[in-house]
Parts: sequence; structure tokens; C-alpha cells
Amino acid sequence: MKILILGVGKVGGTLAEHLAGESFDVTVVDLNEHRLRELRDRLDIRTVHGHASQPDVLQRADADDADMLIAVTGSDEVNMVACQVSYSLFKTPMKIARIRASAYLTGSDFFTQDHMPIDVLINPEQVVTDQIKQLLQHPGALQVLDFADGRVQLAAMRAYPDGRLVGQQIIALRDHIPNVETRVAAIFRRGQPITPRWDTVVEAEDEVFFVAAAENISAVMEEFRHVEKPFKRVMIAGGGNIGEALARSIESSFSVKVLEFSEERADAAAQRLDSSVVILGDATDRDLLIQENIERTDAFCAVTNDDEVNIMSSMLAKQLGVRQVMTLIGKPAYVDLMHEGSIDVAISPQLATTSTILTHVRRADVARVHSLRRGAAEAMEAVVHGNDRSSKVVGRRLIDLGLPEGTTIGALVRNNKVLIAHDELQIESEDHVILFLTDKTRIGAVERLFQVNFNFF
Amino acid sequence: MHLNVILGVTGTLLMLFSLTLLMPILVAVIYAENTVPTFSMAFAITLGVGFVLWWLKRDGVELRSREGFLVTVLAYLGLGLFGALPLAPLLGSSITENFTDAAFESFSGITTTGATVLTGLDALPRSILFYRAQLQWLGGMGIIVLAVAILPMLGIGGMQLYRAETPGPVKDTKLKPRITETAKSLWYIYLGITVACATSYCVAGMDVFDAICHAFSTVAIGGFSTHDASLGFFDNAAIEGVAIFFMVLAGINFSLHFGVFQQRRLTPYFRDIEVRLYLVILVVVALGAAWILSAYPEASTRPIRDALFQAVSIATTTGFTTANFSTWPSVIPFLLLFAAFAGGCAGSTAGGIKIYRVLLIFRQGLREMRRLVHPNGIFHIKMGHQLVSDRVVDAVWGFFAVYLMFFVGLLCALLAISDLDFVSAFSAIGACLNNLGPGLGDVALSYQALSASSKWLLVIAMLLGRLEIFTLLVLLTPDYWRS
Repeated sequence: MKILILGVGKVGGTLAEHLAGESFDVTVVDLNEHRLRELRDRLDIRTVHGHASQPDVLQRADADDADMLIAVTGSDEVNMVACQVSYSLFKTPMKIARIRASAYLTGSDFFTQDHMPIDVLINPEQVVTDQIKQLLQHPGALQVLDFADGRVQLAAMRAYPDGRLVGQQIIALRDHIPNVETRVAAIFRRGQPITPRWDTVVEAEDEVFFVAAAENISAVMEEFRHVEKPFKRVMIAGGGNIGEALARSIESSFSVKVLEFSEERADAAAQRLDSSVVILGDATDRDLLIQENIERTDAFCAVTNDDEVNIMSSMLAKQLGVRQVMTLIGKPAYVDLMHEGSIDVAISPQLATTSTILTHVRRADVARVHSLRRGAAEAMEAVVHGNDRSSKVVGRRLIDLGLPEGTTIGALVRNNKVLIAHDELQIESEDHVILFLTDKTRIGAVERLFQVNFNFF
Repeated sequence: MHLNVILGVTGTLLMLFSLTLLMPILVAVIYAENTVPTFSMAFAITLGVGFVLWWLKRDGVELRSREGFLVTVLAYLGLGLFGALPLAPLLGSSITENFTDAAFESFSGITTTGATVLTGLDALPRSILFYRAQLQWLGGMGIIVLAVAILPMLGIGGMQLYRAETPGPVKDTKLKPRITETAKSLWYIYLGITVACATSYCVAGMDVFDAICHAFSTVAIGGFSTHDASLGFFDNAAIEGVAIFFMVLAGINFSLHFGVFQQRRLTPYFRDIEVRLYLVILVVVALGAAWILSAYPEASTRPIRDALFQAVSIATTTGFTTANFSTWPSVIPFLLLFAAFAGGCAGSTAGGIKIYRVLLIFRQGLREMRRLVHPNGIFHIKMGHQLVSDRVVDAVWGFFAVYLMFFVGLLCALLAISDLDFVSAFSAIGACLNNLGPGLGDVALSYQALSASSKWLLVIAMLLGRLEIFTLLVLLTPDYWRS
């Protein structure tokens, strides 16, 4: 599959790296020659220098031959025009564009073939905002991801000694919470994945991934750590794009304070936010944090565009007594560093965007992909098609599927009903299957399993 | 200062005003009354003076921003004084005894106050009654806005005039790209509401003459009636209902009426935070007054109906009466008087400080408190989702302070030069400054008993109220006259 990426900023660069690593043919276009050379030296990709929306530049980048175009330049308008140009002149089949300004996302039929031909819109700020919002609603969770339009959720959390299940076999779940169906999809112990079975004993410090219907997530979480009171007071460090969007989306249900050190941006954020309190000051200023009652704050979200400020202010906040800190970290190296340290949740905007794009490059019919653990693991929602002759999975029991090593099925969604996976469950056509891969190198085998085999017709 | 331009524009406005005197003449002819010579002479004098002033203008220099204030003030002074002619003994009218009374009545009309020195209204010639109502109607939307609408020669200067006359803190919002079109739209809406109001009064049981006169003074939020007993004369619940509806409507920002008319939906009203607060205040004041009044059966035999009508009439600064509310338990008259201080919405025909400013000052108070809690916090004031710039907040603060100072100053002055008791003086200044009309105590029914100097003081209060103080005040600063 040939993929054309326009703009190699933070998101574009990470995407190029991920996709090139997955045997796609990647061409990138950017105005910054220096940045292109740096990528060319490091990755096996082709680079084209020029203005991303201009037809001659797209021609040089072989847009007429590309299967997918991903426009992630810094400008919404350039992204839109590039998609229009590649649709009109080069008939590129799949066009993905990053659109940040919410004014464009009016929900009307503007982004259709007849008007502005963009197939998929991505908005990293939105994705990050949604992620943090989910985490604020589930205190103690490291990650909460939606599948099947939010009916099924995959939650990640660390097990603590005060959890009821800790020190017991997973099968004890049936006695503890008999009415709640759940499936433990994976356990990472000291960074290494182990495939959970009913007799696996959960240990403290395990990172547990489980699948359950959305309404049951909280009940299952109580099994792994002492129940947390719901969050009320949230402090957001950084009043830029993400900080402001986050504050706006949660200010009706939480009491929100936003710290921003640029006077201009603080002013702009204060103008647009309603009940949030915008405070002018440095998030790493200890006295300011104390003055604003940091010790009685439930959650601290560091979302400035500076990794170092995010990490430092988060550590400071944690030390001053915040219950949970969530930190936006762009550099993968920092994420590895922090996971063992004093930061509760590290959020990567690039990973969030990559997940969205991966949803559209998978060969099987995939409705949703979430990239996990810095891209090493992956959770996906695959849609089953065909009949028992054309498909390798229809009509089979889960235990007979012969899934690759490190792959578990968490749940099925059949006609909008959630079925938590067990060995005897049979797969039918049009089921949505939620899979968890602890090892992403097996992705090809999973894709082949769920592809419809046309030879049988 | 281009004095000749200023006088020229003022002259134009006087000529425009003189034309409106033709209507009472027509009424006098229809009812065969003997007021035709008086009105005709007033018409001739006003037209003549206006023409001379206009003729002095000669060269076509544009009106400047600063000069707009002077023109507006001169126009209101001129209209008030020349408007007094048909009522004054000067031209043979027997309606009033001296020019002071005539001028008081005329200024009270043109500023939509509705305070009166006349008694025995029921016996007055109909042309005079119609003339009073028409004065209020012209003052309601503003004769200057009318002039801007129909006299294209005012040109760019029209915007300055429009700004100086229109009430409210935010005056730069135009409904249409051109000021002439904006003024026209406002007058069409004004006219439309007036016609609807007159029709409703007719249907509710008034005769055509009363319906037109009352529609004029209702939609202008004026308060002149054709009967001594005001709307109480009719003793008709349907008429009171119509009056309440149109008083509330006229107290709403006219650009919202425009929005509603354009979109053919009521949503602009309910999306506007000022209107919402205005309605809430009206409902709370009306229910509060009704609740208190029903505890005093000796004060009123039908407390709910009287209290509802009186609350809406006073709180919107109209000033119609169906009962002598000044004799009600003292908390109610004061409650209503204070509600009149808040008045109607900015950009309406109502008087008072305007709900928008009251809300803004309240929010500003809250902001100061939040600043104490969060010394590094940044807080902005919003109306609905619309940001209010600090410039506007400052202006509103200034207005509020000056308004109160003038109220106190005028009150002291009135107490000094009259023998009114405190409640009467307090309510007289309050009623005139807020363009309300009837006061309490000695001035509840008529201002006739006051001395000439007191009446002129109240005329100043009415003008200050109608022109929202600053337009008048700016002329008193030395800077204004320096070039």
C-alpha cells in the first residue's frame, strides 16, 4: 500500500515512522528541507520538498499512484485544499486530513465528495481531550478505550495490594462479582506480557487490561485497587489548544482551573471559557500551585506543548498531594522513562493519532484500532464478513480459531449486544470482534484470519 | 465646531417636527374643535424658525462625532420648547396657565416620561390629547432616528446623531450596513408594533381615538392617557392585558424585534441574556407585589390584577395606572420605583439605567470577588456568550456612578427649592430621571402644585434621563468646546 503523508511535524513524523515500520511505502512532503533530510536518514521513506497543496508537488510525489493521502500540515486550509486537489486531479481513493478548528466541524455534510472530499477527519487535540475525559470519569484507570461506539470499553489499570482480586486467581472474579461479565485481555508484569488464563494469579504492580461493557467498567476496576472517589476538582496546566478544548469539554461536570503562563493565551482562553478559572502563571511555580489549593485537587492534567514543563509540573503536583496526574508526553523516550516514575498516566498525542490512521490501513475490515504501550501492542475491533466457507472464522468456536500467540479476544458485539468472550462462543457473520495483541508483529496473521477468502466462491 | 452646520441640522429637525403638527390639526378638523388656529400658528412658527436655521447652513460641511452631541441636545431642547407652543397661553391656548406648565408637559412627552401637570383630561379637546400622545410616540424611538431614516442628507453625521440618541451602552451594532437603513428598520418595527397595539386595544374594547392615543404612549413607554383615571378609566381586564403585553414588548431591545421579525422565530428573545433577566425581574417584582398586596385587603379589592398591572407599568417606566399604588403598603411603591431604576432593555423605548448595565455591574462585582480568591486569575465579563470589553465595563461603571450622583444632587436641589417632603421629592426625581412619570406622595397624580423652579429642575432630570446623562453632560466640559 502506497501512502503519501503531507507535512511532517510531530504527528506526521511519528506516522511516517510507524507506517514505514509496518511495510507500507511511504512518501512524505514538507517545506522544511532540513526536517526531510533528517527523516530520510533515519527511515526508509521517500521525501519530496515543496508546498503540500500544489498540484506539481503532488505530481512529483506520485499522488496519482497513492492509495492513501494523509494531510497533516499545520494549516487546516492547506490540508483541505490538498485533499481537494488530489481528489480532483489524481483520484486518490482514500484521503485523511487533520482539521483542528472546530468551526469547520459543524456536523453538516460539508466533508463529502461533492463539496470537500475528505474521507476521514482527524483531530489529535480532540482525541487527547476525549482520552483525558474518559480517565477523569474513571479515577485510577491508566487508559479507557471505546469500541463498538462506546458499548464496549477496554480499560488498563495497575493492580494494587488493596484490590480484592490481587493475590487470587482470575476465576475468583466470578464469585466476587457474579453479575458482571468481563474478560482480562492481557497482563503486563514488569513490562513483559503474559497471556492470562483463568488460573493466572494477579499480583500487585501488574498492569491489567480488561474488556467489559461500558457500564461495568467501574465495578471491575474495584477488583484491582481500592475504590476511588469520583474526581471533582481538576487543574489543567497549559491553556493552549488542548488545554482550552479539555477545559471546555469538562467545565460543566468538574470544577476546573487552567494555568497558563503566556498572558496573551491566558487572556484568550479566559474569554472563551465559561465556568473555568484561568490563572496566569507558571505551572512549575510551587507557590502558585499551593496558593491555588493543589493539595485538594483531584486530578492534574499537564497539557502544555513542552514535554519538560509537563513532566516537571506533574511531578511537583504529585509531590504536593494531587491524587492523580496525567501528563502529555510527545517524545517516546520520555514516555519509557516516566512509566516507572511518579507520573500516573502518560498520554501521547502521536499515538492517539496513529491509532486513528491504523484503523484505515488494516487489510481486514477494521472498525477501530487503538495503539497501546507506545505502539508495541494493539487493540482492534474487526468486523467479520462472509460465510463458513469464505471466512476462516465464521461458525467456529473461539477456542478453535487458532489465534496467534499473544492474541486474545475480549468480546463480541452482535446486533448491538455485548457478548463477553468465552471458549465455547461461536462467531457469526457481521460480528464485531474485539481483539488484543500483546505483540504487534503478529498483526499480519490476525489480518489474514479475518479476511474474506474469495477463492471459495 | 461648525456652528452653522449644527444650527442647520437642528433647523432641519425642527422643520421635520413642525410637519408632525399637521396631524393634531387634522384631528381638530375632524372633531370640529377650536384648536386649529393655535396649532396652525405653532406649526408656522416652528417651520419658520427651522427654515431660517437651515438656510443659515449654506455650505455642506459634514457633521463630526463631537457635534452630534450638541445637535441632539439642541434638538431635544428645541422640540421641548417649540412643542410647548400649542399648549401655552402664548398662542391663545387655555390648556395651561403659563409657559412653564406647557414646557413641563411638552418635555414630559418628548422624553416619554409621562409626568403631567394637567387635570381634567377627559374634558380637554381631542386634538390636544392626541398631540400629547404623539409627542411621546415621537420621543419613544427618537425623532432623530426618524430624521436619520427619512432625511438622507444627514449622511455620515447620522451615525453620530443616532449614537447620541439611542439608549444603551453598546451602540455600534447596526442592523443593516447603512445607518439610514438601520434607522428605517427600527421605525418600521416601531410602527408595526404600534399598529398591532392600537388594533388590540380596539378589539379589547376601546374606541378608535383612545386606542390610537394609548397605543402611542404604550409602545413609547410614555404613560400619557386620555383620561384622568389613566387606564383605570376603562376598568377592563382585556385592555390591561393588552397594555401589559405591549409594555413588556416595548421594553425589549428593538434590534431583537428585528431579529425575530427576520427569522420568523422567537428564539432571539430567549437567547438574549438581557431579555431573560428583564422578564425574570418583571415576574419576580409582579409576583412579589401581588403577594404583599393580597395580605392587605383594605388596600385593594383585587390585589393580583392591580399588582400585576402596576408592577409592569412602573417597572418598565411606562407609568399607566389602574389604582393609586402610592397609597399601597409602602414597600410596594418603593419596590416598583427601584425596579424602574433598572428600567427596560438597552435599545428599547424604556427609561432607567437599563437591565444590561445593571447586570454588567453585578457581574463586575462578582469579578472583583473572584479576583480576591484567585489573585493571579484572569476573568472576563460575558453577556451570554458575548465577551464584554473592559472599555464598555468602564463606561458602564462611569455611567452608573454619574447617574447616582445626579440622582442625589437633583434630590438635594429639589428638597432645597421646594417644600416637598422627602418621599415626594425622592419619587419625583426618580420618576423624572427614569422617565417613569407618576411619583409618590404629593406628586402621585399631578405635578401641578410644584413651583416653577421645581418644574424646570424636573425637566432637566427628564432630559438627563432620556439622553442618558453623558450626551448632555459632555457639553458642560470645557474640553468639548475647545477646538
